[in-house]
Formats: sequence, structure tokens, C-alpha cells
Amino acid sequence: MTDATTDTNDGMALAADGTPLKRRLAQALFRSKLRALGLVTPLLLLIFFAFLVPILVFLTRGIHNDTFEVHMPSVSVELGQWDTTSEPTEAMYAALAADLILAKETKTIGKVASRVNRELSGTRSLFTKSARKAKKLEAPFKESLVALNKKWGDIEVWKALTIASKSWTPAYLASAVDLKYNADGSFERKSEERRIHLKLFARTLEISVIVTVMGLLLGYPIAFLLSTLPARTSNLLLILVLLPFWTSLLVRTTAWIAMLQSQGVLNDLFVVFGLAADEDRFSLIYNKTGTLIAMTHILLPFMILPLYSVMKTIPPTYVRAAKSMGASDWTAFWRVYFPQSIPGIGAGGILVFILAISFYITPALVGGEDGTMISNFIDFHMRKSLNWSLAAAMGGVLLTIVLFLYYLYDKIVGIDNMKLG
Amino acid sequence: MAATISGDGSVVFDRVQKSYDGEILVVKDLNLRIEKGEFVTMLGPSGSGKSTCLMMLAGFETATHGDILLGGRPINNIPPHKRGIGMVFQNYALFPHMTVGENLSFPLEVRKMGKDEREAKVKRALDMVQMIDFIDRRPAQLSGGQQQRIALARALVFDAELVLMDEPLGALDKQLREHMQYEIKHIHENLGITVVYVTHDQSEALTMSDRVAVFDDGIIQQLSTPSVLYEKPENAFVAQFIGENNTLMGTVQSVKGKMATVKLDSGAVMDALAVNCGESGSRTTLSIRPERVTVGGKATKSSADAKVLELIYLGDHIRCRMNVHGNDDFIVKVPNAADHTHLQVGETTTVSWGKEDCRALDA
Amino acid sequence: MIKSLLLGAAAGAIIASSAMAAEITVVSWGGAYTMSQVEAYHKPWIAKTGNTILSEDYSGGLAEVKSQVEAGNVTWDLVDVELSDAIRGCDEGLLEVIDPSILPAGADGTPALEDFLPGSITECAIPTIVWTTIFAYDTSKIANGPTTIGDFFDTSKFPGKRGMRKGPKSNLEMALAADGVAAADIYDVLGTPEGVDRAFAKLDTIKDDTVWWEAGAQPPQLLADGEVAMTTAYNGRIFNAVAAEDKPFAIVWDSQVYDLDLWVIPKGAPNKEAAMDFVAFSTATEQLAAQASYISYGPARKSSASLVGAYHTKPDLDMGPQMPTAPANFGTAIQNDFEFWADNQDELNERFNAWLAK
Repeated sequence: MTDATTDTNDGMALAADGTPLKRRLAQALFRSKLRALGLVTPLLLLIFFAFLVPILVFLTRGIHNDTFEVHMPSVSVELGQWDTTSEPTEAMYAALAADLILAKETKTIGKVASRVNRELSGTRSLFTKSARKAKKLEAPFKESLVALNKKWGDIEVWKALTIASKSWTPAYLASAVDLKYNADGSFERKSEERRIHLKLFARTLEISVIVTVMGLLLGYPIAFLLSTLPARTSNLLLILVLLPFWTSLLVRTTAWIAMLQSQGVLNDLFVVFGLAADEDRFSLIYNKTGTLIAMTHILLPFMILPLYSVMKTIPPTYVRAAKSMGASDWTAFWRVYFPQSIPGIGAGGILVFILAISFYITPALVGGEDGTMISNFIDFHMRKSLNWSLAAAMGGVLLTIVLFLYYLYDKIVGIDNMKLG
Repeated sequence: MAATISGDGSVVFDRVQKSYDGEILVVKDLNLRIEKGEFVTMLGPSGSGKSTCLMMLAGFETATHGDILLGGRPINNIPPHKRGIGMVFQNYALFPHMTVGENLSFPLEVRKMGKDEREAKVKRALDMVQMIDFIDRRPAQLSGGQQQRIALARALVFDAELVLMDEPLGALDKQLREHMQYEIKHIHENLGITVVYVTHDQSEALTMSDRVAVFDDGIIQQLSTPSVLYEKPENAFVAQFIGENNTLMGTVQSVKGKMATVKLDSGAVMDALAVNCGESGSRTTLSIRPERVTVGGKATKSSADAKVLELIYLGDHIRCRMNVHGNDDFIVKVPNAADHTHLQVGETTTVSWGKEDCRALDA
Repeated sequence: MIKSLLLGAAAGAIIASSAMAAEITVVSWGGAYTMSQVEAYHKPWIAKTGNTILSEDYSGGLAEVKSQVEAGNVTWDLVDVELSDAIRGCDEGLLEVIDPSILPAGADGTPALEDFLPGSITECAIPTIVWTTIFAYDTSKIANGPTTIGDFFDTSKFPGKRGMRKGPKSNLEMALAADGVAAADIYDVLGTPEGVDRAFAKLDTIKDDTVWWEAGAQPPQLLADGEVAMTTAYNGRIFNAVAAEDKPFAIVWDSQVYDLDLWVIPKGAPNKEAAMDFVAFSTATEQLAAQASYISYGPARKSSASLVGAYHTKPDLDMGPQMPTAPANFGTAIQNDFEFWADNQDELNERFNAWLAK
């Protein structure tokens, strides 16, 4: 036995039957790995089909929209060959007329019209009206279409059609960062009064950072207190920290409205104590202040819990040791306690930041106009304007930003230096 | 050290009391004087108040009543970081986010010491515990014994006159523990510092200390050198707690000078050294060390009939459990000498002792 | 979402037709408005047919309908939508075509197609009411109240916050009207870039004093809480606060924007037949007139006007003058141009949002 396992053949350890030891080990481990895989398979399948696939499918909408190509097939082919600068040809008009008839019959003209209208405002009725009369069109189609509506002679309309006809398009991503995608493939910044997304991304990051920092400043002492109190008291306080989870997010946000509105509790108190004049009360809600206050409150438990779970594992003897060596209270905290609580800060910070960056109910209710965040606009495009492609593109940009920040955190602090308990 | 007030390292507890809840005193009227350079151990079962005393000395607990003096100065109102006392904690408390070198450098940095001086002191302290090769390691990369040495070096690196050690060897295995006992002892002798050491291990206390304070119930039961503690325990608790001990319960019949006559509960009458037994008529505990008992001999007032219950072979001696005057746990150590008595289980014999070795203590 | 299952009004109805009973899901805007529909449409229909109705609330828009139709999992049978959404949903193939021949003739014998307001019946939708976006104020806080749309934009004459719906629709029209554009010319002006600039410039003058609302229930609440001095609102909501809750609010009928609410059936609705029957039933002269006694929205049938009575709990409160269609209220009214909004809402929404965030 002894020689069989230690004998080397070309420097390779061999098992008793002469096969390389590494292979035997791999075979032995394979079974246990297979069993482990079997145990997590249901979860992996769930994550894959209920999480990853829907997200990927939806994000794809941000770069892929085949509404036009599918419902206007002939003109799409023609537009693919057009150089975007010369006069549109009769063949293009003929294809357009045929497609208008088709779209009218299949009741898809509205979809096509909406799609083109996003590229050039005012073209929606051009499509729906023209489609109603498309059957009466006769060759030469160029003349008859322009006669039907002179807009068909406008090259800008055709450029818009060209952009819409490309199923795979960077147009939405461009729009998500306030750029305009042109028919010739170039990008330009949107006009001043239509730029909004970059500002919103910046504001979203700003609010998230402030909420995270405020959460840390407020949560750190609480977590510290919790971790130093005897178990019975700290459990009671911990229940108080968790208490907000027992009421819905909506209720907590609405409670802040009652607290902060200009005729609310807080302002009433300010007036009673003479801190504000009755007719000149503070605007604490329906603005960024309101968003910050409500979000900080709602996300505070997510900061406290990881901090607490890490602080609980820091024995009080470390600080005592530091003091016995001559460190003042502050030095002992800053040099000894604080560095050991960093994993909790990392975990709490990332948790709060990532939750904050995608917050939307609270800013929608208390944000007013300068307290709304990017998610509110994603929501707007999902529910109101029905521009799901733009919503997907904005979601994609947001996801990219989060992943990039996560990567940055890993580079600077190290992801393994994060502890959730 | 200029910044600290540990002075010459002497410590005085003057009528110190401590209560956590305002109802129960964990430390009752503690009076203790520890001289400069002394190695004093506070020994006692858990809950006896010994750790509380150490924490009051370190400044992490405040005395409810009384004064603690360090180098002659009261320190009740001085925060721990200004006391200049080195301390070794039970689980070492090495800072996990710092290397060994940084750990040792920490007390020097907070004293605003220059870099060169710091490095020299750190090196010297690590040399002292033979750990200089580990200067760049993290505590997590060290074994328990190595961590213990670093903790020791860290308590010594800033030249404290007084070093407190709170069960520093509790987490080590037996062999390493014994080795470290000698090492700490040697360092103490070499540096001439004052050491206050807390342990519940009596053999550790006897091995290392100049003097041992045996704590029970918030009171120092006896404060003496190890040999006196062992040879001449002043009360039943100390006799029982330090080393092995055979006890026989009885009532004092008379006291004449140093000697007392005691009537055992079994009816037999014994002579005993009157140490702490009270007047005639009071209950008493007779204490006899196993190694002072010999097998055989004539029946006197310092002997008894014994029935052998169990024999355990231990190499250098044979441990013999007997029934003596109703006590089933009467232990006798029979040396494994060339001509020693060979006992059989069930056999009845006589055991005897010198009358001064039978000490009449409190009941 | 609030779900309330309206079980058959009487046990007898259930016994009579349990074999045929269908349950349709009717989706509307909630609050006093849904309540008026329940009283005037749902209850009589349930009593008549023995079917049941599951009533759901939503906050407008086609998003849910689009989701359901595209996912092939339609659960809604009937939805109360605005005109622009009815047209758009129909164009995009999200809605069932409704044959207007199912509609009964008016109570006075007028054929249905002539009885409804001109042009209000569309391919996929049957109108029920005319509603308006007006502005209102609290008479207990402002003694000599505002009388024109100009006053709404004049914060020096009438200090205090203003409430407006968060969106360009009707705000831009009102802004232009306040800037002196005649009702008939509003959409011509708004169709030009200069006109849009002009409207936003007018909105700029009160932007800092504006609280933006989104749900129809908010404006009366903002007024009641004193958060705003005046606010735009749906006229029915303000009326309801006055009539049902005795709030001291007053409506200013000047340059209000009126629009239609219509029934639409999502494509592939599970109970299409029953939903069609409900549409025909609820848009009859009597039902539309009955609804007007619960909320102050004007019936979409001309023949209903003469049947409109008093408020359901206050016999001396005649509903006629409360209607947006009452001649006294209608002088400067602006009709919402759904085609203009269908064409321009993407761009104007974008511009409005950018303007808000500035």
C-alpha cells in the first residue's frame, strides 16, 4: 500500500491500482459534487427562469424593437437600401402604400404609428389617417401619398422611418443618456430643454449616497448601543428596529406625509415653538428633503442589522486592551473598534445604496419634482407612456452603473471584506 | 514612563467594596498590599470576585467604596488609559486587523513615540518572547501559544511597572501552559515588574507566585506564600481549594495551648493543631494532607482504622482510597518505594500522621 | 388595488339565474367615481341579469391592458378609459371592436348614433360621461375668490400654492388660455414650437409655487389640508367633496378642458359577451342619467340631460347646473383634442418632465 500511493510515475502520485492519484480523487469528488448540484438544482432553475431570463428578455427590449420591421416588411427592405440623404424613390413609396394597407388590415397600424412617433413627433396621425385611406391609393404612389398628406414628401419623416426600421438599435440606449440617434448612424446631444436622464441618474446617485451616509451616521451609534447592551434589552430594541417591517412601505411613507407636510405635525410644532411663522412654514415634503428623510428612515434597518451583526462579534476586550495600552476613548474606537466594524459598514452601505438606487414608491409619493429618481421615470415609461424599450434601456443603464460601482467597491475595499452576519 | 502614573508599581486596595446591582457585594471589604516587583496571584473559583478586583485595578470597573492606590496615589478617578498598566487578556485581545508589529507598536504610537524608538522597543519586546520572525504576521496566522507570547510582549512593550494578567494561559493545552508558566515567571524576574495574576488553577498559582490571595465569596480567605498556603491553610476553604485534602468532621472538646482535642462524629477522639477551631464545643473540620498519612503504625490519638476501598497505580505512587471514620474519600498516597506496604482492596489497616499535620479548622 | 366583490343584490337574483351567471371584472378609477358607477350601472345590472361584478381600481393608462393582452392572460373584461387611450388602444389592436348597433335607442326614441355626443362613439369604445379638468379653491380661505383662469396663474393677486396634475395634458391648454389665447385657437397655437414655448413660459411663472398631483383623489385632499390655495381637479371630485363631505370648495368654470370617459373591452377578455351586454345596459339613457345624481359628470347621451335629477342624498341639490355641459359652465370650455395629444404626447411628456426636473 505504502509504495503504491507514494510511488511516482513521471512525477505523478499513483493510487493503489496504478491510476494517477489526481484522477482517482477527481472521481471520488465528482459524486459528491453531483449530489450537491442536485440539491441546488431547483433553486438554480428558479433563479434562471424566474429571474435571469425575464430580466435578460426585458433588457433586450432596450436594444431590440422589431415593431416596424415586422408590421411594415416591404418598406423596411427598401429603407435598408436607402442612403438617408437622397430623394425617396417611387419603390419606397409603393412599398409604404402596400405596408399601410397590410397594417390597417391586421390592426397593427397603431403600433407602427407609435413606434415612428417616438422618433418624430406628430407622425402618429399621419400613419393612422393615411392607413384608413391607403386602399384608395394608386400609382404613382409618390404623388398620391404626398397628395394625401404633404408630410410624406418630408425627408425627415423618411429618416424617422429608417431609424424605426432597424430592429437592433442603439436609439433607446442613446435616449437613456440624453443622446439622439440619427438616421445616418451618428449621435448628437438632445436639445437643452429635452435633456433629463443624465440629470436624473446623477440625482439618483446623489440621493442614494446621501441616504447611505445618513443611514450610517444614524445607524452606527444605534447598532453600537445594541451590541453592547445585555441580550434581553438589546433583543427588545432590535424588535423596535424591525418593527417598521411589520407595516407596509406605503403606510410608512404616508405617515411621513402626515408628519412633514406644511400643515403637518412637525410644522405645527415649529409654529408652536416659534421656529416658523404660521404663513411661512417649511417645505419638508414633496421635494428632495422629503425623499431623503423618508428614504433614510425606511432604509435604516438595512444599515443597522448588518452593522449590529458584525459589532456583536467584536469582543469588548479589544477596546479594553487598547485603553490599557494608553489609548483614549476616541483613539481606541477609531484605531481598534472602527476598523473591525468596516465589514458591517461595507455590507450595510452596499445594501442600503443598492436598495436606494432603485427606490421608487417613496420618491413618487413624497419626492415632488426635485426628489424623483430614475426609477420613477422607468415607471413612467412602463405605465404611462408605454415606451417599454426606453424603460428597458434606462434599466440597463442603471444596472450597468450598479455593477460598475460594485466592481469599484471590490477593487477599493474588497468584496470579501463584507459581512452580513 | 512619564505619561503614566503606575509609579513604582506598588498596589494597595484599601477597604474596597464592589456591587453591581446595589444588593449583593461581589467584593467585600478588600484590603491588600502588593509590593513593587512582587508576583501576586488572585486565586479562586469563578464568581469569587477575583476578576472584578483585577478590572477595578485596570480601571474598567469602578469601586463602589474604598480606595485603590497605585504607587501611593489613589486612582479611582483616573481613566484606564492614563493608568499605565500593562494587561494580558484571557483571549489575548490581539487586534486582528493589525500585524504583530503594529499590535506592539500601538501602545507606543498612542504615546507619541518616534518611529525609531518604537521599532527598537518592538524588536526588543519580540526578542524577549522569541517571536521576532513573526513581526509581519497577522494574529489569525499564529497558533494559540504564539498569540499568547505576542499578547505578553504587547503588555510589556511600553515598560509598564505593573502588568495585569487575566487567566492568560486558560486557552492553552497542558504542556504549553506549563512551559509558558516558567517563561512568564522568568520574564517577571528579569524585568522586576509587578505582576497581578488572576487564575482559577491552583497549581498555576503555586508555581508562579510570590504570594497568593485565595478568594472566595468576595473575601480574601488567605494571603500567603505558596508553601504556607499549602502547608498551613488557615481555614477549611483554603485547605480544600489548595491541593488535595482529607477532612474529618468533629466537635472541639478542649483546647490546650496550640493543641486541641476533637471528638469525631464517629465517636473517636483525635489530637489536632488548633489553627482556627474556636472554643470547646464548637464544630471543626480536621484537615490532613494525603502525603502526610502513613499506613500502619500504632493506634494513638493521631491514627485511625482504615478500610481499603480502591487502589490506583500511578507509577511513582499508589493512590489509595479508604474509609476512615465514615469518610469514604480518605486518600492516602503510598510511595512506590522498594519496601512499601502492599495493600489489598477490602483489607483493614491503620493509618497515622504526625499530630501537627492534623489541623483543626473552621467547620 | 381594492377589490370588492359585489354579490348579487338580492338572494332571489342568484337563485333565478345561477346557471347562467357570469362574473365580469370591471375596472375604473376608484373613489366617488366608481361608487357612482356601482350605484347607477352595477347594481341594476346585477339585479337584472344575476351576473356578478368584480370591481377593480386603477389609475388610468393602457399599461395594464397592454401587459395583459401581450402576455395572453387577460383578466379584465371592461375598462373605463380616457378618449385618447381608447383611440390609441384601438389603433394598437389592444381592444375589441364594439358594434354600436347593440346600443339601445334613447328614451325619447332617438337612434343611439344620433343620441350620443357627436363623434364620441369610436370603433372600440362607447362613451359614458363628459368630465372636465377645472380649477377650484377653498371659499373659507379666499373670500373674494378667483373667477378666471388668469387668476390661477396670478400669485401676486392670489398668493398661495397651486396644485396641478403632473403631466402636460390640460396644463398647457390652461396656460395658453391664461395667456390670452382663445379656446378655439388653443391647439393651433400649441401645434407650433413657439406655442409650446409660450405655454411653458406661462407655467414657469407659477412653477415654484406648484404642488403636483397624480391621482384624482389628491386635489380635494390638498385643498382640505391647506397645502394649496387652489388646484386643478376633476370637477366630479370637487363636487363630491362639496356635496358628500360639505367642504367649502368652489369650482371656477373658465377655460376648463373637457374630455370623455369610455368603456373599452381588452382584446381577448374572458367574458366578452357579458361585458358587451353590460356596456349596452350601462350606456342607456336612464343609467347615464342615474349616474349624474351621484357625481357631477355630464351624461354622454343628449337624451339623458332632461332626466338628470337631484343629488342622491340631497333632494334640493339639483344636479343640472353642476354638469360640465350646463350652458352656464360651458362658455369658454376647451375640448381635449385627442389627436393632437396622440401625436404629441411623447414629445410633450419628455419636454414637461425635463422642465419639471430643471
